[in-house]
This record gives sequence, structure tokens and C-alpha cells, in this order.
Amino acid sequence: MSQAAASTADRHPMPGMMVYNVKLGMWIFLLSEVMFFTALIGSYIILRFAHPDHFAEPGAVLNVPLTAFNTFVLICSSVSMVKAYAAITQGDQKGLRFWLLVTILLGTFFVGVQVVEYIILAREGFVPMAELYGVAHEIEGAALYGATFYTMTGFHGTHVTIGILCMWFVLYRAWQGKYSADNYGAVEIMGLYWHFVDLVWIILFTIVYLI
Amino acid sequence: MDAHAHAHEMPWIRRYIFSTDHKTIAIQFLLMSLFFLVVGGLLAMMMRWQLGFPSEPMPGGMLLPDEMMAPTPAGAIMLPEFYNSLVTMHGTIMIFFAIMPLLVGVFGNLLIPLQIGADDMAFPRLNMASFWMAFPAGLLMLASFAVEGGAAGAGWTSYAPLSASGEYTGVYLGQQLWLISLTILGFASLAGAVNYITTIINMRAPGMTWFRMPLATWALFITAILILLAIPILAGALIMLLFDQTIGTAFFLPASDGEPLLWQHLFWFFGHPEVYILILPAMGITSDVLANGARKPVFGYHAMVLAIVAIAFLSWIVWGHHMFQSGMNPMLGTTFMITTMVIAVPSAIKVFNWLGTIYKGNIHLHTPMLHALGFVSMFIIGGLSGVFMASTPVDVYIHDTYFIVAHLHYVLFGGSLFAIFAGITFWYPKMFGRLMNEKWGRIHFWLTMILYNIVFWPMHSIGIQGHMRRIYDPTQYEFLQPLQPINQFITMAAFALVAVQVIYALNFIISIWKGKKAGNNPWKANSLEWTVPSPPPHGNFELVPIVYRGPYEYSAPDVEEDYWLQDAPPPSETAAPALEPQPVAD
Ligand code: HEM
Ligand SMILES: [Cu+2]
Repeated sequence: MSQAAASTADRHPMPGMMVYNVKLGMWIFLLSEVMFFTALIGSYIILRFAHPDHFAEPGAVLNVPLTAFNTFVLICSSVSMVKAYAAITQGDQKGLRFWLLVTILLGTFFVGVQVVEYIILAREGFVPMAELYGVAHEIEGAALYGATFYTMTGFHGTHVTIGILCMWFVLYRAWQGKYSADNYGAVEIMGLYWHFVDLVWIILFTIVYLI
Repeated sequence: MDAHAHAHEMPWIRRYIFSTDHKTIAIQFLLMSLFFLVVGGLLAMMMRWQLGFPSEPMPGGMLLPDEMMAPTPAGAIMLPEFYNSLVTMHGTIMIFFAIMPLLVGVFGNLLIPLQIGADDMAFPRLNMASFWMAFPAGLLMLASFAVEGGAAGAGWTSYAPLSASGEYTGVYLGQQLWLISLTILGFASLAGAVNYITTIINMRAPGMTWFRMPLATWALFITAILILLAIPILAGALIMLLFDQTIGTAFFLPASDGEPLLWQHLFWFFGHPEVYILILPAMGITSDVLANGARKPVFGYHAMVLAIVAIAFLSWIVWGHHMFQSGMNPMLGTTFMITTMVIAVPSAIKVFNWLGTIYKGNIHLHTPMLHALGFVSMFIIGGLSGVFMASTPVDVYIHDTYFIVAHLHYVLFGGSLFAIFAGITFWYPKMFGRLMNEKWGRIHFWLTMILYNIVFWPMHSIGIQGHMRRIYDPTQYEFLQPLQPINQFITMAAFALVAVQVIYALNFIISIWKGKKAGNNPWKANSLEWTVPSPPPHGNFELVPIVYRGPYEYSAPDVEEDYWLQDAPPPSETAAPALEPQPVAD
């Protein structure tokens, strides 16, 4: 572990501990994220079981093919994140910068598509309360179906957006040459977060769009 | 980075306001939460006035605006809406801004690095951010009194649909501020929890194995895990409720087929772990203090640790005991009744181990010890009343009555708050370098103990007689009118109870400058915080301490004194220590 332990953020861990502080902290933080999404997804499941009539068949309201493609894009961004990490463990600065940039672009594309999807859905009246959003009519059941849909995907999108902002910061530091084959902790924990957000999306896509 | 050399050159704003030193942050949390403790106490006094003397002019009520107190020629009379806000804000402030930061923010910050032999937390800047989120969240909560419609009025549990639409309570913005404030506080708690867990796992000094950690640190560790997993559930629920109020969703609104019971499930799935967040650190503090006062090792150290872990684990599967009367499936009620009875077992194990600890001890009744004994005895009462309420047939009668109020005050005031008094007095030297006054400490303890029981014990009885909680004017029911003398009696005693806290406040403040100098180890205790000066310098330890034994080696036969510091080399090794102390490397 000596390579990663040399990072500046590291503060003499217990002798024999295999995980440096920042990485351990990120794992712990992600546990709490799991609980947050559990609350949202659990509420969705309960509401849907209690009132199946409010929830449309898969594909009736939501655009499944478009989102399937978007899911593919997000998975690709995880691959490019792995590439960025692999590059810096070899000390490959150019590779790090290139793959970080690719990840940022793919992530931004994902968020962009989601925003467009929101706008289209809202125009069709898929909003929780018609009078609040200035649409003529409201799809029936949108107060529950829409509420859960926008809350879950919206919080996921927020996580992606925060990830992108952090990634810009990592990229900026990469440009300054702050990382090396001995010091790549920040890239690693960035990757952990990104893969987590990806994983959450695969679960959300399955239960919100497919089932 | 040479922290020691820089410590004196730092500008004072970095040293006292935006400090990253865990000890300074602990003091910041202490001042903040004591402030909120006072505020919460004053709110309770106003409630007690209304309960003791319903709709009579309140002394000093003229000072409050007309939206809270209706002015009459005779004086100002409390409005029912304001009473609702008082109930809500008293509970919220006490639980989230007084007890929780006192236990977790103060003792977590102060004790964890010192007791495990670390120079600071794993993420000092995150630690600073934690305080600077918690404090504004508290101010926001207070500010909600001043907005139109007043502060939130749906109870600290904010049950939907009452809380989900301003039409029901007349409170719009206040309820939203309540939600936002608690969400921000949630971030602060999470930051703290990530920090504590990482620090304890990764930064223990050599020799500080898991089973050599003091129970205070053990309890704080498990508490941090509970916070980490429970707070996000609350955050999710708070955000959904906020959406219901602001952007038209209907998660909890039955009018659009939302599920109000979903709120209760989410809230208590967080809420029951939360009540253990409020008691586990208190149990840890008590264990440390009792062993010190009895000059004996903690009885059943391993059982104590396992009991904490068992309580934490079980606390996830008992939440339904708050919902027996909610219209939930009765089958579930029985399940939750059984799990709740089971959780009383590890709690009882702890109680018996505390009794075992003091049994035949060489008892020193110093102020912290008195408070720790107070904790144990009051927790027994609160725990037993909990078992009554856990039986569904009994709970039908006492749910939402003053019996519940009595229970939660026996565990939270008699339990947590006594342990907090014990902890503050015990570790005061590690914050301010001096000791609090013993004589006044004892006077304060006895007065509090007696008055506290006079205030809260009768609540069991009026609860059983049907006095409901959260009620503006009990005399509107004929069957409650005979209870009015008891209500008045409780109110008078409650005023006295608050008044004697002035003794503690003065003792606390005056001792900062006038207290007896403490030296390293005034209580002759064993754990690592007592091996360094009071208050410890920036960076805590000159050399990374090496730990040779557990923290409770009191009256050990191998040494002359009746205590044995954790880092004192064993007699056989003094000649040739196996491990050389290393200079602090940071
Ligand atoms: C032996 C352990 C305990 C048992 C069996 C127990 C049981 C219960 C039950 C069944 C209720 C619900 C009563 C009702 O609403 O009808 C309750 C309420 C409550 N308990 Fe406990 N309890 C225990 C320990 C604690 C501890 C340690 C704390 C806090 C430090 C605590 C704090 C509370 C609070 C605050 C409430 C009231 C919640 C509200 O506002 O509705 N309890 N307890
Ligand atoms: Cu409970």
C-alpha cells in the first residue's frame, strides 16, 4: 500500500491497516448513500404496491429505448473511469487526462439527455400538480408516479452532476501534475464514487423503467 | 508539517472560530448545545405555565409578539397555535440540537482521538465543516419562530398529513424551515460519523487493540455507525415531505392517495436507532466514570461491548413499537412487541454489569460518579416503563399520554442528561485545564435529582389516568379537571428544577477561570487522555503512545497505586521495552 499511502491527504494510519484514510472514508460515506437511496426506492416500492393503478405500464409514459441508450452511455463512462485509474497507476499522465475528460463528457451527455427527457415529459403533463407547472392537464396518477420518478432520478442526476464537478477538479489537478504512480488516491476515490453512482442508476433503471 | 511550532502563530480566527483541532471543535459544540439546552428548557417552562395555569396570563408574556400571546388587559394569554409550536420546538431542539450534539459532537470530538492515542481526527477540515453546518442549522431552526405563521407545530415527529400541508396547522414557512434545518443538521452528523468511524478504525495507537478501547469510545463508534445508516433515511423522508409542501408531490397526502403511514414508517425506522444514538454514548460515559469511581475494572467488559453491538443491531427491527395504535397490521404489532422485549435484554445486561462494577468497590462519590449512579437508577425506571409500553395491550391505554412523556424523560433527562453532566464534569479538565467545584457540583446533583423526580414521576400517574400529551388545555375535558392540582404541582417543581440549573451554569462558567488546576490526571484514571496535560496541546501526544493493557486496570495487584495507565510499560519490560516510543509523524 506504500504507493497510495504517500498521498498528502493521508495521515499515518494504524500500522498494518491496509486501507488509507480517504479511501476508507469514501467507503463509509457510500454506505450512507446506500441508505439514502434505500429510503427513496423503498418508498417507491411501497407506494406502487399500495396503489398499482397510479403507475403506468413500462414504456407507456417513459421513453425506455432512449433511457436504455443513456444507461449504456453511463456504463461506458465507468469503463473510461477505470481507464483513467489504470493510466495513473502506470504513471501515464496523458492517459489520465484523456480518460478523465472522456468520463466527464459521457457523464455530461447523460445528464443532458435526462434534462431533455424531463422537459418532454413535463410538456406531456407528467408533473405532480398541473397548476404549479403551467401545463394544461396532468396525466392521471402523476402526483404519485411522477413524484417518485422525479425524486429518484432527480437525486441520482444530482449525484452525477456533483461527480462531474468533482471530476473537473481532479482533472485540473491532473493537469498540474499532482498525481503519479505513487500518488493517485484522489483518482481512486473519484472512481469509487463514480462506480457507485453508476450502480445506483442500473438499479433505478431496472425498477423504474423496466419493471 | 510541524503542527506544534505553528500552533502559536495561527491567527485567532483559525484557532478559535475556524479551528480544525478536535478539542476546540468539541468546545464549540459544547457551547452551542448548552445554549440550545437553555433555549429548549425555557420553551418547556412556557408549556408548563400553560398546563399548570391554562389560559391565565403568563408572566412576561407581554414581551412576546401578538401572534404568540394574545394581549388582554390582565396580561398576555398563550395562543393554542403557539403552544403547538412550543411542543414541537422543545422536542426538536432538545433531541437534535442539545442532547445529540452534546453526546456525539462534544464527547465524540473530545474523547475519540485522545482515548485511542491519535493526534486528531482523520479529516480535521471535514470536522470543522461539521460544526459549521450544525450551528447555522440551529440558528435557522430558531429563526423559524420569527417567520409568518410561526415555527413548526406538528410535533418533533412531524406526522403527515398534519405536517404535509400548511392548511392543517396554519404553519407554512415554519414547517419548511424545520425540514431544511434538520436536513442541514443531517449533513453535519454524517460528516461527523464518517470522521469518527475512519479515525477509530485507522488511527489507533500501537497496542490499542479493539478490546483495549475504553467503552466511551466503543459506544461512540457504534453510535457513529447508527448515525451513518439512520440519518440518510431521515434525510430522504424530510426531503419527500418538503416536496409535498412545496412542489406538489403527494408522498404522504391521502387526498391524492399518498400514504401518511409511510412517513411514520420512515420516521421511526430512523427514529428508533436515533433514540439509541441518544443513549449509547451516555452508557459509554457512565461505564468509564463508574469504574473510576468504584476503583474497579468494569464488570464484564466484553459483555458490555457485545451488548452495545446487540442493541445497535436490534434497534433496526423495533421501530413499529411507536406505531401500535396507527392502524398498522396487528400481526406486525405482535412481531414488534417481541423484538422490543428482546432489545430490553442487552439493556438489562448493561445495567447488571454496572451494578457488578460498583459491587464491593472502593466507592469515591465524586460529582461525576454521583451523576453516573443517577444515570443508572433513572435508566432502570425508564427502561422498565419502556417494557410496559412495548406490550401492545398496555400500550392501547397509555399511547399518546403523559406516560410516554414520563418514559422519554426518564431515559433522556434522567438517562442521557445525567450522563452528560457526569461527562462534562469528568472531562472538564481536558477542555479547560481546571476542575469544576466539587461542593457545588454535589449540591447541584442532589437538587436536580430530587426535583427531577418530583417533576416527572407524577406524569406516569396522570398518563395512566388518561391525560393526553401535546394538549393545549387539559381542563377542557371534565375527567382531567381533578388532575389539575397535580399539573400545577408539576409546573412549580419544573420551575424550581430549571432554577437550580443556574448552579451548574455558574459552576461551569466560574471554573473556567477560578477552578482548581487539574494536572494531567485528577481522577487517577487509566485511559490515554489522562497521560497528557490538561488541556492537551495541539497534536495531543508528544510521542505516539504505546498501549499495554485495557483501560480499567483499577486496583491491580501488580502495581502500588490503585490505577495503572494504559501506556505505562509493564514492570518486566521497564528495563528493556519491546517497543520504542516513536516521535509523532505528521
Ligand atoms: C428498554 C428499552 C426501551 C423500550 C422497551 C422502549 C419502548 C418504547 C415504546 C414502546 C415507545 C412507544 C410508546 C407509545 O408511543 O405508545 C417508546 C417511546 C419513546 N422512547 Fe422508548 N424504549 C426504550 C428505551 C428508550 C431509550 C433508551 C430512549 C432514548 C434515549 C427512548 C426514547 C423514547 C422516546 C423519545 C419515545 C417517544 C417518542 C414519541 O415522541 O412518540 N426509549 N419507547
Ligand atoms: Cu423506539
